[in-house]
Amino acid sequence: MDSFLKIRGLKKHFAQNYVLDGVDLDVSAGSVTTIIGKSGIGKSVLLKCIANLLDADAGTIELNNELISRTVNVTQGSGADFSYMFQNNALFDSLTAFDNIALPLREASNLSEAEVRERTNNMLSNLELSDSAKNFPGELSGGMKKRVALGRALITEPRIVLFDEPTTGLDPERKFSVFEMIADYRKRFDFTALLVSHDIPEVFEISDQVAWLDGGKIKFFGSPRELNLDTNSALSEFLNKANYGRSNSLINGTVK
Amino acid sequence: MIRSLGHSTLTIVFELGEISTFGWGAIRGFFGQRKRLSKLTQAIHETGLRCFPIVATVGLFTGLVMGLQLYYTLVKFGAESALGAAVSLSLIRELGPVLTALMIVGQSGSAMASELGIQRNDEQIDALQTMSVDPLGFLVGPRLVASLVCFPILTAIFDLIGIFGGYLSGSVLLNVDSGVYWNRVYETVAWADVQGGYIKAAIFGVITMTICAYRGYNTHRKASYPGVRGVSESSTRAVVWSSVSVLVADYLITSFLI
Repeated sequence: MDSFLKIRGLKKHFAQNYVLDGVDLDVSAGSVTTIIGKSGIGKSVLLKCIANLLDADAGTIELNNELISRTVNVTQGSGADFSYMFQNNALFDSLTAFDNIALPLREASNLSEAEVRERTNNMLSNLELSDSAKNFPGELSGGMKKRVALGRALITEPRIVLFDEPTTGLDPERKFSVFEMIADYRKRFDFTALLVSHDIPEVFEISDQVAWLDGGKIKFFGSPRELNLDTNSALSEFLNKANYGRSNSLINGTVK
Repeated sequence: MIRSLGHSTLTIVFELGEISTFGWGAIRGFFGQRKRLSKLTQAIHETGLRCFPIVATVGLFTGLVMGLQLYYTLVKFGAESALGAAVSLSLIRELGPVLTALMIVGQSGSAMASELGIQRNDEQIDALQTMSVDPLGFLVGPRLVASLVCFPILTAIFDLIGIFGGYLSGSVLLNVDSGVYWNRVYETVAWADVQGGYIKAAIFGVITMTICAYRGYNTHRKASYPGVRGVSESSTRAVVWSSVSVLVADYLITSFLI
């Protein structure tokens, strides 16, 4: 497999506890890869290490065979490497939806204000948020906030978007629409998606690859179909606890 | 005991170093920002305008009380004509910069510590990092630079209103001749006194706002509790540390200026 994002031997510890203890992961370009695992096992830590929000103790992260040291590098004419969509959206309460989405362009690109406005308006239109452009996050519904956060993550045209539990706190219907939205925009904006999610099996509908993080290592990596055939008893136990039946028809990937 | 004393000293020195690095990083980061003037104007508006009413009110009542107290002290020596000089020098040299700084810390510094603490907990600061925006320069820098402007201006307002308050209680209520009062103010106050007050105000501004920002920004590392309690602890400590630092710095600066 041709790896777009290649992680080797990534380690991170807090106090005496190694949360990541030699993580190896290969993510191919244009794919949706979902990291699953128990709560507190280190999934978000892994994403934050990739995004350079946390310093790893050891290991390497390569993007397109280049060792990365900074999160994003937004310059005129080229997109950012990474974008991050936070679990709780992390929107600025004092900025409107428009200003939240425009923020990375205004503060970290060389685009003129006219270009920023044009790109932001296009993004708002794509996300069906044009009517809410002047609303503050506090005036938006949960789903709309997610879309604003997604818009902010995509406005710099990143090559990889990291989603940290994007459906937390949403009802089943909204969860489904957020996953549809990610799958839809991934096709439209052509980015590589790396997700952390507890929504099993729903998240498998949009996933090309699933990585199971356990004991600080990736202990399973494969397609949802291969997950179905895996005989690892610990993985079976985890999936059973996550209400995932191995014969579940959702893994056929028809939604994608 | 010696070990404990040594450990505490090292902790304080380390903390002071961290705060200084933090403040310097924020000011340096500000000059790397885009639209600096607009950000600075907004920060001056937020700090300056928000604090004006409280600074003006405290200035007026401080002047009124000083007028009363000093009048009854000076009249014992038949020196009530020196009221204008006593009120103006006390305010311009000491009380103006110190009380103004304490008022701004209570009003604006605590708000900044809470706001940054909430932004830290809400991952907004992490979000800026993922956007390649320097969070220190973006969130803290404009406020620190604004403090260099706001503290001296608000101190000047405090001094003027305080001197007027001294006139109200001394001349209007207690019949000290108004011409004598204002003449003594004019004759006694030297430019060096005013300059010293402004230097103090600017230094207090940078010190207090850096401490408040540092506590809020590092809520996740410095507070004993996570979440809302952590933010509350950070803003409380920010106000306490800043207030104490104003008094310590006042003594040190006065020692050098006199």
